Amino acid sequence: MQNIESCITANDGMAGKQSVIFSKPVYLTGYVSIVGQKEGQGPLGKWFDEIIEDPMVGRDTWEEAESELQARTVSRLLEKSQYKKEDIRYIFAGDLLGQLIATSFGLEKYDIPVFGLYGACSTMAEAMSLASVCVSSGYADNVIALASSHFASAEKQFRYPLEYGNQRALASTWTVTGCGAVILSSRCNNAQNGRAIRITAMTTGKIVDYGVKDSMNMGACMAPAAADLIASNFTDLNVTPDFYDLIVTGDLGSVGKQIVLQLLKEKGYDISNNYMDCGIEIFDSAKQDTKAGGSGCGCSAVTLCSYLLGQMYAGHYQRILFVPTGALLSTVSYNEGKSVPGIAHGVVLECVNPAGKEAM
Amino acid sequence: MDEEKQQDNLDIVWNKDTMQKEKEQRFREHIRDKEQERNEQYNKYVNEVTPKPDSVGDCIKAFITGGCICVYGQVLMELLKKFNVAEKNIPLWTTILLILTSVLLTGLNIYPRITTWGGAGSLVPITGFANSVAAPAIEYKKEGQVFGVGAKIFTIAGPVILYGILCSWICGLIYWVLHTFGLIQI
Amino acid sequence: MVFIRAFLVGGIICLLTQILMDKTKLMPGRIMVLLVCTGVVLGALGIYGPFVKFAQAGATVPLLGFGNLLWKGVYEAVLENGFIGLFQGGFKASAVGISAALIFGYIASLIFEPKMKKK
Repeated sequence: MQNIESCITANDGMAGKQSVIFSKPVYLTGYVSIVGQKEGQGPLGKWFDEIIEDPMVGRDTWEEAESELQARTVSRLLEKSQYKKEDIRYIFAGDLLGQLIATSFGLEKYDIPVFGLYGACSTMAEAMSLASVCVSSGYADNVIALASSHFASAEKQFRYPLEYGNQRALASTWTVTGCGAVILSSRCNNAQNGRAIRITAMTTGKIVDYGVKDSMNMGACMAPAAADLIASNFTDLNVTPDFYDLIVTGDLGSVGKQIVLQLLKEKGYDISNNYMDCGIEIFDSAKQDTKAGGSGCGCSAVTLCSYLLGQMYAGHYQRILFVPTGALLSTVSYNEGKSVPGIAHGVVLECVNPAGKEAM
Repeated sequence: MDEEKQQDNLDIVWNKDTMQKEKEQRFREHIRDKEQERNEQYNKYVNEVTPKPDSVGDCIKAFITGGCICVYGQVLMELLKKFNVAEKNIPLWTTILLILTSVLLTGLNIYPRITTWGGAGSLVPITGFANSVAAPAIEYKKEGQVFGVGAKIFTIAGPVILYGILCSWICGLIYWVLHTFGLIQI
Repeated sequence: MVFIRAFLVGGIICLLTQILMDKTKLMPGRIMVLLVCTGVVLGALGIYGPFVKFAQAGATVPLLGFGNLLWKGVYEAVLENGFIGLFQGGFKASAVGISAALIFGYIASLIFEPKMKKK
């Protein structure tokens, strides 16, 4: 297996045009996922930390419900990983709502400095990238990266009131109700079975616009961005697809999956053997009628913070490239006839033994 | 003499500048064309791989759903006749009852399920219109009486009312002109 | 029998709209606008009237019928009041439908709470 440190080309840590290899280690020291009922009934149900049956999460509005999801996730994260909130230096967080209100009202009570991020559905990787930079550069010891989405608040903002009847297109996706969060730290204190997880590299995505205007086909809007990012990651780190045990996109769905595999094939990479999409895994599309799959910031966040990290700790995956994708549209840009550009951010997660060397 | 030389130099620089600019311009145009071509090809490809709806099945469902709602309207009309409601008021009562039914089903979250199955079948009848009024009213009540319910109640139905009124006004105007100048008799 | 005629005509109107939706991917809001305007024009051309006689509810219940009603309102008001009727007839004819939807919709907002979709 290639060693990631050998990929550092010039300047400490900068790799290629858009990637960074973290010279000082960044450890993942805690993770939690909380989801709604439908996600809990899906194939990944048993992996989540908590399934909340009440879609309002005990609050009065959908927006408050999403805030509550975030608040509960942070509480549970601190509890599970045995940190006090004073130990956390920053939170990097985001959601899909206008002006990030779910984050604002969800995290206000924690009294922790916050960076609010918007990367559409790619927010989880954006948060993890920036948090890793922060930790690796020595400006923070423990940082939370978090992303959430809620089916009802998203539907209300981007589409129709929930009581309004309409038929969903076959290529459309179902916004995941859920919140996932991780703690990234400069020191490792949570090795499981002699394994710890490190964030070893990141690749930051460009805004990629192939002129698709169909907002009911987000997979097609975002697939070019995902393909661009994955290819850039390969060239920047000078690796081949089999460098990773798994390459995971966020919410391309069944249509986007097909396209991204094809686009990468055209670029000369075949990732069909080690590729997975969170949106496809989180729901049983046939049984749960979710059409092309799940979507939203929460989709990739909760899949990472449940199944994926669980599998890494269990030793099934050694190295993962985590690539959530976002569709950069608003109701205004859509009504004004703009196309839907996509963005993707990549984070490399690696299993190491707690001493810091790669686990075998 | 010196001045002339300087002028020449300036000309050359200027020429070079414009040539450079033209070149850049051409290059940009070239890139733009390439991008456009790529986007067109991509959209064509996306169209190919995107699953198409099962049109036949959808149409049968729409036919059945729409037919049933219309029959329900007809049943209401016949019942109203039996209750000796004045002939000219029967359509109005039918409309009111259809809308009431639809609003109730919307509140109970049943109407959206009918549309998920029946598609256009429950969108096209007046009940679909009522659904589009009641749904935002319920959804946006949390945003207040005036800017929530009051303003958002028209988000979907507003355009229907606007363009219905506008369109009938235009048709009416044409009719009025033709009628006034004696071009039609009716 | 009038029920069968209502079923067939209403069903066919919905079926044609479904084809339009599947082919053009038009959003429901646009479809509704399109239907009402088409109804107005069909009414003005005198095509929709016979339909209503033939199918009754099958032709009045779809939004095409609502458009036809708007036209009838404007037409009658113009006959009665001349030019000013252009500004009268539309709302007069559609008053019951729009008022009922608004009033019942408002009452519903008092009674019902927003609910999560399952499918």
